[in-house]
Amino acid sequence: MAKFPERKQSFVTSSGIEVDRLYVGSAENSSDWERIGFPGEYPYTRGIRPTMYRGRFWTMRQYAGFGSAEETNRRFRYLLEQGQTGLSVAFDLPTQIGYDSDHPMAKGEVGKVGVAIDSLEDMERLLEGIPLDQVSTSMTINAPASVLLAMYIAVGEKQGVPSHQLRGTIQNDILKEYIARGTYIFPPQPSMRMITDVFAYCAEHVPKWNTISISGYHIREAGSTAVQEVAFTLANGIAYVEAAVKAGLDVDQFAPRLSFFFNAHNHFFEEIAKFRAARRLWARIMRERFGARDPRSWQLRFHTQTGGSTLTAQQPDNNIVRVTLQALAAVLGGTQSLHTNARDEALALPTEESARIALRTQQIIAYESGVADTVDPLGGSYFVEALTDRIEEEAVRYIQQIDDLGGAVAAVEQGYMQREIHRVALETQRRIESGEEVVVGMNRFQLKDEPQPPLHRVDPALERKQVERVQSLRARRDGQRVHETLAALKRAAEGTDNLMPHILACVKAYATVGEICHALRDVFGEYQPV
Amino acid sequence: MKRKKAVYGMNRPIRVLVAKPGLDGHDRGALIIAQALRDEGMEVIYTGLRQSPAQIVATAIQEDVDVIGLSCLSGAHNELFPEVTRLLKEQGADDIIVIGGGVIPKEDIPFLKQHGIAEVFTSGTTTRETAEFIRQAVKTREART
Repeated sequence: MAKFPERKQSFVTSSGIEVDRLYVGSAENSSDWERIGFPGEYPYTRGIRPTMYRGRFWTMRQYAGFGSAEETNRRFRYLLEQGQTGLSVAFDLPTQIGYDSDHPMAKGEVGKVGVAIDSLEDMERLLEGIPLDQVSTSMTINAPASVLLAMYIAVGEKQGVPSHQLRGTIQNDILKEYIARGTYIFPPQPSMRMITDVFAYCAEHVPKWNTISISGYHIREAGSTAVQEVAFTLANGIAYVEAAVKAGLDVDQFAPRLSFFFNAHNHFFEEIAKFRAARRLWARIMRERFGARDPRSWQLRFHTQTGGSTLTAQQPDNNIVRVTLQALAAVLGGTQSLHTNARDEALALPTEESARIALRTQQIIAYESGVADTVDPLGGSYFVEALTDRIEEEAVRYIQQIDDLGGAVAAVEQGYMQREIHRVALETQRRIESGEEVVVGMNRFQLKDEPQPPLHRVDPALERKQVERVQSLRARRDGQRVHETLAALKRAAEGTDNLMPHILACVKAYATVGEICHALRDVFGEYQPV
Repeated sequence: MKRKKAVYGMNRPIRVLVAKPGLDGHDRGALIIAQALRDEGMEVIYTGLRQSPAQIVATAIQEDVDVIGLSCLSGAHNELFPEVTRLLKEQGADDIIVIGGGVIPKEDIPFLKQHGIAEVFTSGTTTRETAEFIRQAVKTREART
């Protein structure tokens, strides 16, 4: 040791878990096969399918959306031509918060971080020429998730695709909005009802649809550790299951359609272990806590996105390397679907070229690296199994604390998760500023003169055009029908009817996202953060 | 409308309003900078999410701040930041120093500076650098008035 001193006094993961010099098998770090199990079998530590990527690769699903529906439709077609296997729609902030493009708060935000969708007309343009019976579509939409799902169903009908054939996902995860991402509209209780209404409606009418994507991604981006990401996400999952059971649904009726969304950050082995731990923990929760009988209810299926906040504006090409490592961790962790970030995302939305390179990164991992040729290649690694156990244990402790606070909804209302995440975010920032945590190209190995890559710009004229569009729609449509469907929606919101059929009627009458959300705001009120 | 300008002096800590204009909900950076500036001895008020430029300016005047720090990641900065400085001017409060941060391409920075944004801090800036800039800018302005 004196001859070969170590680089640091201690080595820790992003969650602060001490990393030993060497891992060897022991009873504690569970090389027993019963605890780990086999792929496709409870508790699914090694993956939810027996053959995993030997059967089929993960879905390559690049998140895209900007400007008008037509522009985004062009980017979708480009990505599909380049070999992407699923769509993933980014909506602009006014759409996500339930404002039409001509609302005063929408100024400057129309079409910026996603596509502007005001009405069914925009959705028709967005999906034009895309066969909804062949593509699965993920929509990152939360507070107004039922409105956008209703639009998707309506477009399907127009294409002659019945709703029971539609495949895709709506994010529909409001709890993480209060915790980490900020695009909430209504207070927690009515939001939870809207979510369970979607569970119930889809179980009957859209059975192949993933009714929620319980998201740790944003929790991690807000600054959490890997352990907190697992713990808070699964705690939110527990809250949704409890709400649905309380609303009278049978757990095995909706649980197989629950899906998850995780982040992949830089600590390679901790990330792999995180996915394995989350899968095992959820299987236990569903079987033991909720008494689910259907094995599909036990399986944690998840999408992964590489870590946006790990990317640097400095030396953007380095981000390609970060994304490659993160994507590899997701694949080794057994993801069902993957988005790889583009190198320029710390600066702006991706250009067509950078979006293509990001997709190619996945394709190289899939087709060239050989890592997809066997299932859970790191299973049984002393280190990975020990980390998997440790993450699971620490996540269980957090979940117990949240249970003690009265569950995730109560914990969110008390600001518990928000404070925990903020504390860690500050610590991380301090470690980066002190140089203790190295970020290549940013706090070490900097360049003096940084060349700037060409960036994607959204045409500033778009906002004016979109405003004209929604105003012209309001003048053209059957105002009486809009009025009646909105009034019926309000009455349903005041009572206990499932809201989905009412929202579908509003959408088909070409009521706008803003009008529908406004009707619901009138009844439910708006969330005021703690 | 002219407002009464504050008397800045040795005994008064620098007051900063950290604001999130527009609809962007990512406030990790805003919360970090707010805490860091408090640790540097400044008085910091955070607006919370979804503030219009008019609301931000009203709060800044009411709270009698020296500095407004705007944070935006959605790409709406070219619309929202100049609107804040325009309203400050309109209300005779353009002695308030406005700085910005977030996901802002370098090529946009000259435009923002032309519109009265004193400095734009993007990712990689340390909180200490930001605090130092604020102290210097306040000192320079004091010397002028």
